[in-house]
Amino acid sequence: MSLLLAPFQPVAAALGGLRSGLRHHGGRFRVGLAATVAAAAVIGLVFTLERPAPRNVQLGYRGTGMGAIYNARLVAQQLGLQQVDAPLPPSIPAGKTAAQAYKNIQVLQNLDANEFLRLMGAMTQWIAPQAGCAFCHSLKNMADDSIYTKTVARRMLQMVMAINTQWQSHVDGVGVTCQTCHRGRAIPAGSWFIQPPPHGERNATEADSGQDLPAAVAGGSAFPYDPLTPFLLSAMPIRVTGTTALPNGDRSSVNQTDWTYSLMIHFADSLGVNCTFCHNTRAFEEWDQGTPNRVSAWHAIPMVRDLNRNYMAPLAQVFPVELRGKLDDAPKVSCVTCHNGAYKPFYGASGLPYYPELAHAVTMTPPAGSRP
Amino acid sequence: MSMLHFEHKYRVRGGTLVGGDLFDFWAGPFYVGFFGVTTIFFTLIGTALIIYGAAIGPTWNVWRISIAPPDLRYGLGFAPMRAGGLWQWITFCAIGAFVSWDLRMVEIARKLGMGLHAPFAFACAILAYVTLEVIRPLLMGAWGNAFPYGIISHLDWVSNVGYQYLQFHYNPAHMIAVTFFFTTTLILAMHGGVILSSLNPPPGEPVKPGAYEDSFFRDLIVYSIGPLGIHRLGWFCAINAGVWSAICIVLSGPFWTRGWPEWWSWWLNLPFWN
Repeated sequence: MSLLLAPFQPVAAALGGLRSGLRHHGGRFRVGLAATVAAAAVIGLVFTLERPAPRNVQLGYRGTGMGAIYNARLVAQQLGLQQVDAPLPPSIPAGKTAAQAYKNIQVLQNLDANEFLRLMGAMTQWIAPQAGCAFCHSLKNMADDSIYTKTVARRMLQMVMAINTQWQSHVDGVGVTCQTCHRGRAIPAGSWFIQPPPHGERNATEADSGQDLPAAVAGGSAFPYDPLTPFLLSAMPIRVTGTTALPNGDRSSVNQTDWTYSLMIHFADSLGVNCTFCHNTRAFEEWDQGTPNRVSAWHAIPMVRDLNRNYMAPLAQVFPVELRGKLDDAPKVSCVTCHNGAYKPFYGASGLPYYPELAHAVTMTPPAGSRP
Repeated sequence: MSMLHFEHKYRVRGGTLVGGDLFDFWAGPFYVGFFGVTTIFFTLIGTALIIYGAAIGPTWNVWRISIAPPDLRYGLGFAPMRAGGLWQWITFCAIGAFVSWDLRMVEIARKLGMGLHAPFAFACAILAYVTLEVIRPLLMGAWGNAFPYGIISHLDWVSNVGYQYLQFHYNPAHMIAVTFFFTTTLILAMHGGVILSSLNPPPGEPVKPGAYEDSFFRDLIVYSIGPLGIHRLGWFCAINAGVWSAICIVLSGPFWTRGWPEWWSWWLNLPFWN
């Protein structure tokens, strides 16, 4: 019996000691405890929170709680990162096309040769300001395709033109240039790869829900770790909310909802907004209760899938091994790739008007008589 | 209603906070007092304004009646009556009524020579309300940041404001508040249970004294907090539930504008595992 009780003796002794300590030195103990807690709380607040004053942008009828909350200091920092590069001086027309002037022009054949050079200069500034032309071109033979970055850049040019012409539903009125994503970096921020299940094999009692990791792509939350693969590469259903007051045929699980929630946090964090930027959360599914922003965001979903499937993923074997993901896949596009924390990239400023050739699809098919 | 033996001694003038013996009398069993009158004054005007707001609003459905605060563009200024001004005056009346009621509690406690634990506890509930409707809007620069007066509409506001921070359950003060709320109900149920089971036995059974209650909890969880301690604990937990609710909402917006999950990056970035 005493053997059975032995493990409890230290616990009992500790409790007894605590009680007699409290009885005899209660005041000192309480003051010490209160001081410790207060100091920890103050340190925690000072180092982890923001200073007022916030700015609230009303997004719905008054009193509904529909609003985008900003801290002016954080937006000021953001603004510095959201500047469209000054355009290069306009080119003087050369009177001949790029295809007539240069060899191996596959995308911009019809562009004026001087404007072509101007665009090449801008691309260097946007993507590889340090490395310069040699980042993509063999300087001995500019027409040579031996460097992989040139192949990628050519496909990315087509992608930019496709976004500006075929995805007006999302980029209408603003459009994109190479800078929208690259911003002076060869690999844009927010590039992502398919993540293999991090937990590996699970046992008989637990399926891998992909949760509790935390998920960097979803604000460091415990939501599923990779919502991008199923929703922005594959086309798994995102809208899992029931549309009736009582369950009526909607078999979506809580775990499915968490995958959607994870994606939605990625949307919000990428744009520096919150859920009410698009949704009235009393009824997430109701289009007429949300804001028009939801329409733009909705069109972004098939757009990003198109970019990932038809432009990024096929380049997997073009990228060198060290730039591929764990599953040998190409880097891919997410919301943050273009938005970089702003609800519109560059807060709605656009570099596209300075390079209108990026908004034309006319050069996709070579005109008769031009060089291949 | 029978009078307690000390009521003749207690029901004398004095002990008031303001106004000397103005309104220092009883109406039947109820103490009136200066703050009883101000409570009635603010309550009647505030309720009348709510009814007026409902009358000029789109519905008489009690679930859907809503008196909304002004648009954000009015900032901390006055808004036209039909565009949030009503909400401002109703808020003024509500605070007037709540504070009056609390001060009436103080006066009654003073007349009885009691401590101020009950009015202090109610003051913490008022603090939570004032934090939501006054302090946080002041810190955020507009009355429009407050919640509307309506049964459904204030719940919709809570939902949206929670989602303004992406996942409100990650708010650390919200976690503490929720824990205090649940703990309060737990210890209230345990305390009520042990009192009823010992002091209210079936016919023919003896009433059990306090030693039974102590023994029950010592056998159950090693420790009995005792007859005074349980009320101290309940008071502490209940007040903290309200106070931490106030803290969790005043942090959201004035001191944190991003998603609450992101706040925990300090934890993820601790050197032990980063």
